[in-house]
Amino acid sequence: MPSSANSGGEVAPAPRGFSLGESELVISSNIDPYFRGQLVASFTPDNQLEVEEAFFQTLALGRGFTLKGGRFLSSVGYQNQIHQHAWDFQDAPLAYKAFLGGRLNDDGLQLKWLAPTELLVELGAEVGRGRNFPGSDANRNGAGLWALYGHVGGDLGESTAWRSGLSYLRASASDRGFDDHDAGGNPVTGAFSGRSALWIADAIVKWAPRGDATVTNLKLQGEYFRRSESGDLTLNSRPADYTSRQSGWYAQMVYQFMPRWRVGYRYDRLGYGSVSAGSFTSADASILLTAHNPTRGSLMMDWSPTEFSRVRVQLARDNSRAGVTDNQVLVQYIFSLGAHGAHTF
Amino acid sequence: MRTLIALLCLVALPAHADLTVLACEPEWAALAKEIGGDKVNVTSATTALQDPHRIEARPSLIARARNADLMVCTGAQLEIGWAPLLQSQSGNAKIQAGQPGYFEAAGVVSLLERPTSVDRAQGDVHPAGNPHLHLNPRNIERVAGALIERMGAIDAREAPNYRSRGEAFLKRWRDATVRWEKEGAPLKGMGVVTYHKNLTYLFAWLGMRELGTLEPKPGLPPSTAHLTGLLEQLQREPAKAVVRAAYNEPRAAEWLAERAHIPVVVLPFTVGGTDQAKDLFTLYDDSLARLLALLK
Repeated sequence: MPSSANSGGEVAPAPRGFSLGESELVISSNIDPYFRGQLVASFTPDNQLEVEEAFFQTLALGRGFTLKGGRFLSSVGYQNQIHQHAWDFQDAPLAYKAFLGGRLNDDGLQLKWLAPTELLVELGAEVGRGRNFPGSDANRNGAGLWALYGHVGGDLGESTAWRSGLSYLRASASDRGFDDHDAGGNPVTGAFSGRSALWIADAIVKWAPRGDATVTNLKLQGEYFRRSESGDLTLNSRPADYTSRQSGWYAQMVYQFMPRWRVGYRYDRLGYGSVSAGSFTSADASILLTAHNPTRGSLMMDWSPTEFSRVRVQLARDNSRAGVTDNQVLVQYIFSLGAHGAHTF
Repeated sequence: MRTLIALLCLVALPAHADLTVLACEPEWAALAKEIGGDKVNVTSATTALQDPHRIEARPSLIARARNADLMVCTGAQLEIGWAPLLQSQSGNAKIQAGQPGYFEAAGVVSLLERPTSVDRAQGDVHPAGNPHLHLNPRNIERVAGALIERMGAIDAREAPNYRSRGEAFLKRWRDATVRWEKEGAPLKGMGVVTYHKNLTYLFAWLGMRELGTLEPKPGLPPSTAHLTGLLEQLQREPAKAVVRAAYNEPRAAEWLAERAHIPVVVLPFTVGGTDQAKDLFTLYDDSLARLLALLK
């Protein structure tokens, strides 16, 4: 499995039985004529407070430039910028879990520029601490993670809108820890230090008759990831040189077939690719070094009486662990209180 | 040599680009076009067949916001789902809130139906009042006056032009308003059922009565239970017609109209909603004509 063991938290499916998901508190407003600010705090079910986003954004640079600083969801890919309550499925795509640890929200700066064209052409650069997967927190000056991205988008006639993008992300990891187990089931503590480089290609198309999404609409999206890592690996303090070249993708379709009702299907696939860890084999680290291509199919139907409430049923056939098929049934509710949220594309 | 002089002249002339206006809705695009003529480059973010409540900040709108000198919206939270996102994603300092490049029509008009309490249990109620204000010609007149000033403030070079075109428009508009009020007099007191409360200003101006809406609460789709209740209500106090905007879905209106034995009237709601409603004048001409046809 492409280092999903090696990915830092929040990658397991929801717990069995009744459980509370995250509650997000969002405060967003203009600070003054020059800046806008947003805070997104997540209250986790195990009573922890996480700062998901806390950033400022300029309003007055002009000429298409915007500078964002603080902790924010990275603009690489497509889904990364979408908050969990707006997802079309209860969980993140496998590729997001494997390559971005769920989602990337680093502490740093982003400079983005929109070209003065009719077609949306957005170019951006991000630089940050790299405190989370695929980087790791370290005591150093300078940046642990940087990213470049470009998004292009527009309309096709009145009914269709699209966006596609290409992103490149580079992180340095220093003792990025993970848990694994050997062939005998004994726990193994692993750490990776080195360089992680990730390419993401994304595309989304939305269709609605005459561009009015009230009655029916269709959304098709997909993202393809390609990662290479190289550096040093230690398993229970024994070292080895480590290189890996892995990929993954997902494609999903959501169709609103009548007002309030939507149905969606998503397919996830990760490619084990090539991993070399010196003389270690899958007997030493079963999750990291067993050649297995995780796949998962998810089907969902949701009912949204208004844009502030939603109930969803999701079925999944999860083959992300080698040799195990996990059949999942999930019922979820999502409610929004307070100020009207933004209709991101 | 002549080519060189010609080229130098081109370089020496200060380039003046047309004022680029992004209107949130077609009625404001039409108004900006009346005032600016061919000196302005106007597009509308939405069409007459799209519900402005449901629009997303899609890439083509963000690109247009980036390039706009002036963004003209209704305000009163009609575009709250997407206009603020266009402002913050555009990288355009000119169209931010509080800047001259952002104009809200609701700021110059008194809104009807200010709610005394704002509670989502009452449906999608706009806290400042009913935002669908363009269907009273007196409101268009007030907005036009303010928009002429604003366009002149942003584009000082063409300000005299906007003023003269604007004054000409206002003269024609005021004459047309008097004519419409005279023509529309027979509609006073007529009771109708509407789909959503988006025609309130039109009916208030014409003295017509809204007997009910197909939506049980604003923003909730019509339900069989509610429509059956409306039907019973109409037995006691009949309506002349079921009126809906061109972008509202047709089935609920047809269901009720069939059972109540009254016609359905489809109004353009805004410029482009019907073939006849090509500009602000024909929008009102066509809307009145369709309502007056009920009296025949």
